[in-house]
Amino acid sequence: MYSRTYKTLVSIPPLLWVGVFLLLPYALMFAHSFWAVHEGVLVHQWNLHNYATLFSKPVYVEVLLRTMRIAASVTLCSLLLGYPLAYYLSFHAGARKELLYQLVIVPLWVSYLVRGYAWKTILGSEGVLNGFLQYLHVTHEPVAFLLYSPFAVVLMLTHIYTPFVFLPIYAALEHIPRPLVEASHDLGAGAAQTFLRVILPLSIPGLLAGATFAFVLSLGDFLAPLLVGGASGTMIANVVQSLFGAALDWPLGAAISVCILLVIISLLFLTERLEKRWSFK
Amino acid sequence: MVLQMSGATSTRRAPLLTIYAALVFIFIYLPVVVLILYSFNRDGVGGFPPRHFTLDWYRQLFADTSIWDAVENSLIVAAGSVALALILGLLAALALDRANFPGKALFRRLVLLPLILPGIITGLSLLMFAVFAGAQLSLFTVFLGHGTALISVATTELFAGLQKMDRTQEEASLDLGATPWQTFWCITLPNLKLSLIASGLLIFTLSMDEIAVTFFLIGRDNTLPLEIWGRLRRGITPEINAVSTLIFAVSVGLIVIWYRVRTRGLGAEAQELLERP
Repeated sequence: MYSRTYKTLVSIPPLLWVGVFLLLPYALMFAHSFWAVHEGVLVHQWNLHNYATLFSKPVYVEVLLRTMRIAASVTLCSLLLGYPLAYYLSFHAGARKELLYQLVIVPLWVSYLVRGYAWKTILGSEGVLNGFLQYLHVTHEPVAFLLYSPFAVVLMLTHIYTPFVFLPIYAALEHIPRPLVEASHDLGAGAAQTFLRVILPLSIPGLLAGATFAFVLSLGDFLAPLLVGGASGTMIANVVQSLFGAALDWPLGAAISVCILLVIISLLFLTERLEKRWSFK
Repeated sequence: MVLQMSGATSTRRAPLLTIYAALVFIFIYLPVVVLILYSFNRDGVGGFPPRHFTLDWYRQLFADTSIWDAVENSLIVAAGSVALALILGLLAALALDRANFPGKALFRRLVLLPLILPGIITGLSLLMFAVFAGAQLSLFTVFLGHGTALISVATTELFAGLQKMDRTQEEASLDLGATPWQTFWCITLPNLKLSLIASGLLIFTLSMDEIAVTFFLIGRDNTLPLEIWGRLRRGITPEINAVSTLIFAVSVGLIVIWYRVRTRGLGAEAQELLERP
């Protein structure tokens, strides 16, 4: 139905643009990771030195492992908050469903930075929470461990990603044909059994999509650690950022980025497979 | 597909679950409430309870020229990004929907990549590209970065719109002698109106708020998030609460507009269905 010219005209500009402004930059990052720096100048000399440094220095491996731990905690916490919320909205909210759904969406539109900043003012040693605890006479001295810790990073990122995890789970729950749930009840299954044998398996694709999103974006976050993480909350993206900034070793920074990218892409590949296996068609 | 649950099951009480859901809502809204509350607190950020109401921080904010310069920069970048991302996203969606070309699967994945990848990876790649191409970092590089990264949003939304669209209208238009160009302007675009508005608003807000990509592409002029970021590093003042409260208000305003547009659109569709003989 569409002419050859039409198809060419709509395909060429986005292909060219994406080729030049996305594919080429990503390829450049890949290339940089095999180059070197001599006395502060980039040398286009192909080698594997950056990757060797990366895996031989325990600092990098340690930060990478910590980052994985933080990202996994964020994913778990977001699921623990997001899943029951989605379940409640989908099965128990009744007429308030639509309104409550909008209420979950609204904070998504509120600036990431603004929310991070709000946590900083809540958790600080002069902050709102400490003021509150002292007001209630629970504590008499400010509790200092709240801010500038991995805990604060997990808290802030969980706050950011809970709505993102909620969305696909809610969509999956809404797509479950209700007669299936009723059939389960009619056939004598209790609420817990119905949940475990019918609802949970059918919501796995949504759960996987949400979890992947939270994990992947937490893995590459460098702003939360800068805002609320302190030295003990440093993550791998902070290392990359400082290599591109003060430390000025772009090739090593690029090599770490490529590693993050590979972790992410293999994860996406894996969850896509799993989602297909669990999807109900 | 919409299958109603019988009354007996939908009203089943689950008090524990309800309390848990309420707690999650409190967790989601706590920072926003604290932020707004303390923007009116004379004694600054922190401490409990907030005691003296004041509008001083807003007064200070309105007199602060560097914040307003940053707002202006952000608006320019966001408006440009909306235009760039919508045009290229529309073409990309049309290409994915209607054309076949080698590497189509790869192209689809590549376009969506900035949406899935952490901002630092896209930001750094674009930084390397800018240096490689010998470009000076400025608001223009920020605009190119935002526009390119947000093609992903426009493509997803518009592709979904195209998939839902009734092809027979376009067919009829072409059969009745309209040129492909006329068909595009008179049939395809109006059918995509809602998707265009929705993705436009989303791109606008995302660009206004973007920080990870901007961080690496910014020149001398700051966007609003980077201006705030710079101040956060120097220490926190309720002026930031005030500007954040305003950002929140504007975001909520945009959401309301978007729902108005959407429900009006749906209303028109429903009307049409009713009037159909």
